[in-house]
Amino acid sequence: MKPLPAGLVARPGSSVENETGAWRTKVPKFLMQTCTGCDLCALFCPEGIVYRVDKKIYSFDDTYCKGCGICAAECPVADIVMIEDAL
Amino acid sequence: MKVMEGSGAIAEAVILARPQVIAAYPITPQTHIVEDLARAVVDGRLAAEFLTVESEHSAASAVLGASAAGVRTFTATSSQGLLYMSEVVFDIAGMRLPVVMAVANRALSGPLSIWNDHQDAMTMRDSGWIQIYAQTAQEAHDLQLLAYRVAEDPSVSLPVMVCVDGFVLTHAFEPVEPITDEQADLLLPPFAPLAVLDPADPKTFGAYAEPSIYTEARLAVDRAMSAAEPVYAQALHDLGIVAGRRYDPWFDRYRLDDAEVALIVMGTAAQTARIAIDRAREQGLRAGLLAPRLFRPFPSSEIREALAGVGRVVVMDRAVSLGAGGIVASEIRSALYGSPARVVGVIAGLGGRDVSIDTLERALRADTDAWIDAQEATT
Amino acid sequence: MNELHLIAPGHRACSGCGLLIGARLAIDAAGPNTVIANATGCLEVTTTAFPQSAWRVPWIHSVFGNAAAVATGVSAALRARGIDAPVIAQAGDGGTADIGLQALSGMLERGDDVLFISYDNEGYMNTGVQRSGSTPYDAATTTTPAGPFSSGNRHPKKDLIGIVLAHRPAYVATATPAYHKDLQRKVQRAVQMKGPRYLHVLVPCPVGWGFDPSQTIEVARLAVRSNLFPLGEWRDGEPVKIKKFAAPVSVDEYLRVQSRFAHLFAGEHGAKERALIQSTADAAARRYGLSIYQSVPVVAGQEG
Repeated sequence: MKPLPAGLVARPGSSVENETGAWRTKVPKFLMQTCTGCDLCALFCPEGIVYRVDKKIYSFDDTYCKGCGICAAECPVADIVMIEDAL
Repeated sequence: MKVMEGSGAIAEAVILARPQVIAAYPITPQTHIVEDLARAVVDGRLAAEFLTVESEHSAASAVLGASAAGVRTFTATSSQGLLYMSEVVFDIAGMRLPVVMAVANRALSGPLSIWNDHQDAMTMRDSGWIQIYAQTAQEAHDLQLLAYRVAEDPSVSLPVMVCVDGFVLTHAFEPVEPITDEQADLLLPPFAPLAVLDPADPKTFGAYAEPSIYTEARLAVDRAMSAAEPVYAQALHDLGIVAGRRYDPWFDRYRLDDAEVALIVMGTAAQTARIAIDRAREQGLRAGLLAPRLFRPFPSSEIREALAGVGRVVVMDRAVSLGAGGIVASEIRSALYGSPARVVGVIAGLGGRDVSIDTLERALRADTDAWIDAQEATT
Repeated sequence: MNELHLIAPGHRACSGCGLLIGARLAIDAAGPNTVIANATGCLEVTTTAFPQSAWRVPWIHSVFGNAAAVATGVSAALRARGIDAPVIAQAGDGGTADIGLQALSGMLERGDDVLFISYDNEGYMNTGVQRSGSTPYDAATTTTPAGPFSSGNRHPKKDLIGIVLAHRPAYVATATPAYHKDLQRKVQRAVQMKGPRYLHVLVPCPVGWGFDPSQTIEVARLAVRSNLFPLGEWRDGEPVKIKKFAAPVSVDEYLRVQSRFAHLFAGEHGAKERALIQSTADAAARRYGLSIYQSVPVVAGQEG
């Protein structure tokens, strides 16, 4: 076992080792048909893993997505739908 | 050489250490210590921020935060205040923060008592804090400064509480040779924390530990406790060289070498005990004294070695684990397990009841465990 | 936009957690030159299981009730070291209104240089949805369950804003993630100020409040639109701004989407309770100069 840092001080951002994508049963599908680039999907994602690829193209990091469906529920133009996760 | 109130001697040591954040809540009989420090800040003798917090829990929390953010700190308390901050006290040790505290030892409620005994600090003996008991104002002054050196040593990084008898030490006037600024600079290096809260290099303090790691985290504190012993001994050794005052790091021995009965007592009562020892000797009883200075970590093997050959050991506790007897007595019994010595545990001096020469003489002759200064008829 | 958030993914918050949305929006707005002192609770537990930490800013957790006091100490230390970085204390509603209230009050009263952010999910959610001083009237929790002789929590929600304002701190504001620009603007404004500041963020909890995780933002929106959670700002104890909306919704719209209030929709007693809750919302509206919900026109002589 590695020696523990004194007082159990932890490294910043090391939670990225924990792949919470394994939790989900649903996953978002970004249709990219009517997107206005409002950014709400990225702002409202509790994991912070929805991101803009280009002006009206968004994607997400499926390593962490828990499938909550907030992005789909909040998209003002219904350009995101939740589908059953293939896994 | 100055005649100083014990509290003042402690405050002067803290001023020499130059903490930058002090947080304290008033409780008798700690008050003079923190009042002296507040005065020193206002007079420009101490460049510290003095936080007048709204409870002891917040006093401990504020020094925890300040220590983690990289500065030397100080707080002081007694009795109920120590218990009120207790969850934070344990947390400071677990987080390996080198906070230094003075505890003006006082009895615990209930019933309420503002007077001196060791119950408060004894109740924190499991906390992971290094615990040192002073017998005189000079000792309190010296040990309070050296507490920082021990706490901050990188092989230790643990908090230290210096215990001083409430009123009897804190409010009594004694001659003290203050440590000079030059001596303090020789004895205490600048604070160099192991880890620090700083936006330039972010770290996370106080994560929680799952069962897979908690044991090792606690073991690390225990190991740091062991590492503290040589650091503390070296600090006292250096004090002897720099200031000419020599204290045995573990305990004082008085007429112990050929003793047939050894009395064990901590704090100011150990000073009075010397007179009781002398009187007993005049009456033909070969008595000796072992007065522990370091209580945590507990110098078990050193105590066992010092008591080799003593037939009866009487431990006077100024605290009690109700339902189980004297606390120091229990630890001495463990240290002496397997040796032929008979250990007798006496309780005395609770709630400010004076530990007189007479009480100590009776203790020396105690044959069975007893609360030797209790008035049985009044229970 | 592939920005590096100041709370990293991989944290263990529930799917759809409103708290993590609010906390991430807040710390992203505050920026990396910040130090956080966090109380025990959902936010702390989900982000810092050793050796993992989701925090990309310096962060410290001690015990449940001392976030404000730890922050005070950190603030003093940074000042002593000449480091100019805002200190944020974070706690849930329990760590603010109940066990944390003393330390919060001390911080405010001393005028310490700390921004205290309370993330209010209206209960002790981390320990399993128990009632806190911030749990609203009639909410079912595990320690105030609804049943034949109970309609849930008997106590009104503690007026934390009132308590905080009595200390006349430099800045007080209420916010919720549904109005993210408003929330981030308030955080940015607050971190640039000195002295004691307080931000109260309502963060819906899908597990504790009983709604589908996809509805977190909508529930927050309804809390504001029903006047149960007005969005305001106060400086030095005086109101400076309140966010107004054209047409409020009835509290029923808000209550009906949460199963913690489901018992209020069965029977006459529930209807009476909901009317009481509506009157709370109406009182808040009157107090803050907001539009009051109107269901049907009131006939003269037949007012409630």
